[in-house]
This record gives sequence, structure tokens and C-alpha cells, in this order.
Amino acid sequence: MQVHLHNPKRDVEVSGPLRVTDLVKSLGLNRESVLVIRGDSLVTGDATLADEDVIEIRPVISGG
Amino acid sequence: MKCKPCGGEAVIEVRRHRAAFCRDCFLHHCHEQVRRAISSHRMMGHSERVLVAISGGKDSLAVWDILLELGHNADGIYLGLGIGDYSDTSRTYAEKFAAQRGVSLQVVDLPADHGFAVPDAARATKRVPCSACGLSKRHLLNQAALDGGYQVLATGHNLDDEAAVLFGNVMQWHVGYLARQRPVLPEAPGFARRVKPLIRLGERETAAYCVLKGIDYIVDECPMAAGNRHLRYKETLNEIEDRSPGAKAAFYLQFLDQMLPVLDGVAAAERELVGTCSRCGAPSSADVCAFCKLVERVTT
Repeated sequence: MQVHLHNPKRDVEVSGPLRVTDLVKSLGLNRESVLVIRGDSLVTGDATLADEDVIEIRPVISGG
Repeated sequence: MKCKPCGGEAVIEVRRHRAAFCRDCFLHHCHEQVRRAISSHRMMGHSERVLVAISGGKDSLAVWDILLELGHNADGIYLGLGIGDYSDTSRTYAEKFAAQRGVSLQVVDLPADHGFAVPDAARATKRVPCSACGLSKRHLLNQAALDGGYQVLATGHNLDDEAAVLFGNVMQWHVGYLARQRPVLPEAPGFARRVKPLIRLGERETAAYCVLKGIDYIVDECPMAAGNRHLRYKETLNEIEDRSPGAKAAFYLQFLDQMLPVLDGVAAAERELVGTCSRCGAPSSADVCAFCKLVERVTT
């Protein structure tokens, strides 16, 4: 699957199927600090992501 | 994962509530958390005019949207800080929201109106940009609320913001800052009432709210804020939260319940020291207020 990340913006390829919580963990991210978006929809931590999915991992921490 | 209230397919889990929600139940949850914060802290009434400080980010647009959904008379104000493309882009999100909702957005521009941008202030003062930014926002937004006849100035500070500020204040034992860290700062001569309706929502919730409501916001972090202390505190607190869901809410909400009453005397003593700036007339504990000193330092 293609995974779009922010700060810095980049795309990485990750093999599926993979649970959302495992994807976040494998990227070294804290699940409290991100949202996982598949297409236009939010997905919960137990959802399984497929090889053909396009995923955005959106940070939610702001510093102001 | 199933939605706790209705049993439908969930789109987000909120671990501190041991719950997951579908879209509609999550939006209702957010509205109820804000309604509860407003009610329990007596933030505002429906007859009062509210000015919402809008940055173009998730929190300010979420709080504006929720206040409108709850039937409050809420206008927006965007403060341009002169941070290059970041300010230009964030302004477009604020204007887009206002146009889509058909609501009023006032624009104040720091460089045009006061002759300096936040990066200029950081260079002149040799301090972190967030210091001059916060100072300018507090001063100018309060002034705009008073000038516009608004009873209330609302900001998008959320549970994570407040927990991180509290963490920093405790780390340094800034007792005066702790005494002032309140969800409502009451109106006083020269001050509009300042309220934080999002204190019961984490920033993961405000971001999810925007995604689920189709509210576009600036996702990128402010380039001036990168690596600042506030962000580091948030990361630290999220590591704790990951292991102990609910830790941040307990830390902050118990502070409100248990500690703020103890600090009432400190807050009252500080209020007695407030006089008036000899240049601009704003409330100040010094002869010249911090904003006027900043303007002088940057522009001369």
C-alpha cells in the first residue's frame, strides 16, 4: 500500500494486509498523535489495510 | 470495531472514554463535550456575541463550527502573523470556512497594521518566535473583541494544549501562571472574557471532527513552532497516554477541580497589580505593556 506521511511530506510503500495499529507502530509513530485515513475515511486501529489501499497518516499535534 | 452508542461501524476510537464512535455519534460526542465545558464553567450564554480566534488550523475551525452548531452567535477573526507562505495558506482556509458557512471573518494583519512580522520580532528580541507570536495574539485579539463589542473571545485551546501548558508550568513551578491557567478568564476593565470551549476534547478528536465534517484546515505545522518545548511536552504526554489512556484528561481536569481553588488567592493578588499601559491604554502590570515594548523594540 502507499502511505502518505507529513512533517516531512513523503510517501512510503508498505506491504499488506496489515492492521492499522501495526502500521502505525512499524513507522515508529504514537497512535495518540495521528489519524489514519483510507481514501476519504477515518479507520480504527483494528481495521485491516490491503495492499492496494492508499493511506494518509495525518499528525494531530500542533505547537501553537 | 463497533460504535459504543449505536452499534454501527465505528470510524474512530477514543481510548480514554473506552469507546469507539461512528461518524454521527462522534460528532454528537464532540458537541456534547463542548456543551458540557461551556455549561460547567459558565463560559457564555446564547445571547452573547462571541469572537472566535481563527488560525486556519483544526482546533480553531472546529471550535467555530461547534459553536455555530450549538446556536451561538459566533464571528471569526484571523490574525495574519507574517510567517510567509504559512500565513497565506492558513488565511485561505479561514476564509474558505467563513464563505462556506456564510459567517463573518474579520482579518487583522500584523505586518500591515503594526509594521512587523513574527520572524522580525524573534530576531529583534532574540527569543523564540512563539513568545512574540503569543504575546501579539493575546493583545490584538483582546483589543479586537473590545473594539467589536463582543462579550466573549473564544480560542481553540484543547485538552492537549492545556495539559502541555500545565506540564510546563508544573515543571518550572510557575505559580502565577498556574493560577491564571483557567478555562474562563472573566471580563475585567480592558479585558473581554476569554474562554476555551475545547478543554474536554483532545487534538486527535478535533482533527477527526474536521475530517468527518469535511472542514479543510492547514495540516502542516507552523514552521516557527518546529521543535519547540510545547511540542516536546505534548509528545511526552502522549507517550504516557499511550500506556495509560485517560492520563492527560485526569492530569488537567483534576488540576481544575483540585488545584485551581487553592490558587484563587494568587490569582486575585495578581489582578490587583494590573494597571493601564501609558501608551495604548491596555491592561498592564507595568507602565508600558509588553506589546508596546515589543513594537518599539522591533520597529525602532
